[in-house]
Amino acid sequence: MTNITETQAPPSVPGTPGAGRKPDVRRDVNAFSGLAHFGLAIWALATAGPLIWVLLASFKSNTEIFLGRPFALPHSFSFETYVSAWTEAHVGRYFINSVFVVILSTAGTMLFGSMAAYVLARYRFPGNRFIYYLFVSGLAFPTFMALGPLFYILKGFGLINTFTGLILVYIAYSLPFTVFFLAAFFRTLPNEIDEAATVDGASHTRKFFQIMMPMARSGLVSITIFNIVGQWNQYLLPVVIMQGSGADTKWVLTQGIANISVSAGYHAEWSTLFAALTLSIIPMIVVYAIFQRQIQAGLTAGAVK
Amino acid sequence: MRHGKYPFIIGFLVVPVALYVVFVVGAYLQTFWLSLTDWSGLGPVPTRLSFDNFVNLWHDDLFWKSLRHNLVLLVLLPIVTIVIALIFAFLLNVGGGSKGGLTRGVWGSKFYRVVFFFPQLLALAIVAVIFGRVFAPDRSGMINGMLPESVPPSLFLADKRWALLCILAVLIWQAVGFYVVLFSAGMGSISQEVYEAAALDGATRITLFFRITVPLLWSTIQVAWVYLGIAAFDAFALVNIMSVDRGGPDGATSVLSMMIYRKTFGESQVGYASALGVVLFFLTLTFAALTLRVTRRDAVEL
Repeated sequence: MTNITETQAPPSVPGTPGAGRKPDVRRDVNAFSGLAHFGLAIWALATAGPLIWVLLASFKSNTEIFLGRPFALPHSFSFETYVSAWTEAHVGRYFINSVFVVILSTAGTMLFGSMAAYVLARYRFPGNRFIYYLFVSGLAFPTFMALGPLFYILKGFGLINTFTGLILVYIAYSLPFTVFFLAAFFRTLPNEIDEAATVDGASHTRKFFQIMMPMARSGLVSITIFNIVGQWNQYLLPVVIMQGSGADTKWVLTQGIANISVSAGYHAEWSTLFAALTLSIIPMIVVYAIFQRQIQAGLTAGAVK
Repeated sequence: MRHGKYPFIIGFLVVPVALYVVFVVGAYLQTFWLSLTDWSGLGPVPTRLSFDNFVNLWHDDLFWKSLRHNLVLLVLLPIVTIVIALIFAFLLNVGGGSKGGLTRGVWGSKFYRVVFFFPQLLALAIVAVIFGRVFAPDRSGMINGMLPESVPPSLFLADKRWALLCILAVLIWQAVGFYVVLFSAGMGSISQEVYEAAALDGATRITLFFRITVPLLWSTIQVAWVYLGIAAFDAFALVNIMSVDRGGPDGATSVLSMMIYRKTFGESQVGYASALGVVLFFLTLTFAALTLRVTRRDAVEL
């Protein structure tokens, strides 16, 4: 409680607070709004500009791209570049690999993460705090400090250049945050229902899947979105794990696109690169358009505790 | 109630803990151990332990250069991003003045929020590829293409003086939207009455911003600072993909994460790379602790 609360005391004056102001204040406000819109519009252009440019360039020939005038419309629209990006540059394959890996790794992260979080949040047993802090301390370590050791651990298990290895590592590195977030969430769930279920003879496992999981739905949705986006966008881990002979058939999208960009430099096939980029951006726009609210909530959930 | 409690607990914990200990804890612990060896990555790990790697680091120019670049990013990325995001979030939530006792954002604020946030969904790797072309040093680049023909094209990433700033600009480009949404959420929870009361007292929007919004959002700003700082220590995807010669030209964009990667996989100096990792770990930790300590103010509670 501070003195700010006390100023609530005067009842709000009916009508707009600006109504009684002098005209020059009005003009001042307009100037402010104008400036505000100018700033916002500039940033909106700066955000959308590069993406629109990529889309336009994907229809242009190399000559057109080097002509300058980046925002001129292409001479003709053909989807040839897209076909070649999808098949010859293997964007299709990378895309499917990414989908496959992220579905399994997010499912695994959510299953194992919520299991661990639930037990750590709602059961007392020796070592509970130790395991909890072991998970949470993982948040303090930057992933790339242990690149070498991670590589050689996986190599020891024969998991380098395998989807299994990539999926397991995604799960392992997503656990700290997932456990941290969900444990806090499970702790807030009421005890009464828990006890009622026990009286009715529900087993621990059943209680978790049929009572606790549904009650924690909103938390689970946020953190699922957080993990999907994080794992879909992962670049460092696939670069470390998916190397060796034949690795290029198993690359995920981020890695694949980065590689297309390198080879586009050698062969000067820029329009293919732009088509590949467009193909990787469009699904994100579609998903974002549908789930905009949930995505914003899910991604910011981490920072708001 | 007690029946079968321990088998259940163990059953639920065994897989997640095993995965985590093997791939995460194991890797981090090994980093500390390997940092004391000169292991190349092949054959058995040498048994002789010494601090040679750290001594060599001290005399490694590239290390100091990379560290300096990380520190530049560490200072500029949070400051610039937070300032821009705070201003935009304020305009979008409160900037429209108050009508009928309700403060609101400027016209079209919903649209702006949706557009600003989108880059956050794109992988940093994809963003890096896009901006690698945006900054292309010839007329095929977006920026050079927009300049009139009489202006000689800028080199951007190929220019030692500008390369790191280009990387910084891209990091900011991607981050701002996220923090606009984050700060907006915080501002949404500030009571309308506070703004109303201040407006009645004749506060201008600028006063509202500095006297009400910023103090009440302080804890969110702190979190944002830590997050952005951690992002500044990373920057691997951008440097690896965008920069000339992975950290070039002439080391002008080299950062610690890039160095660790190159030492591990390019130069077979796993021990040395691990020593870098250890240094990086302590830097990150110090940074987080310092941020929370230095920026501590008495939280204004309502």
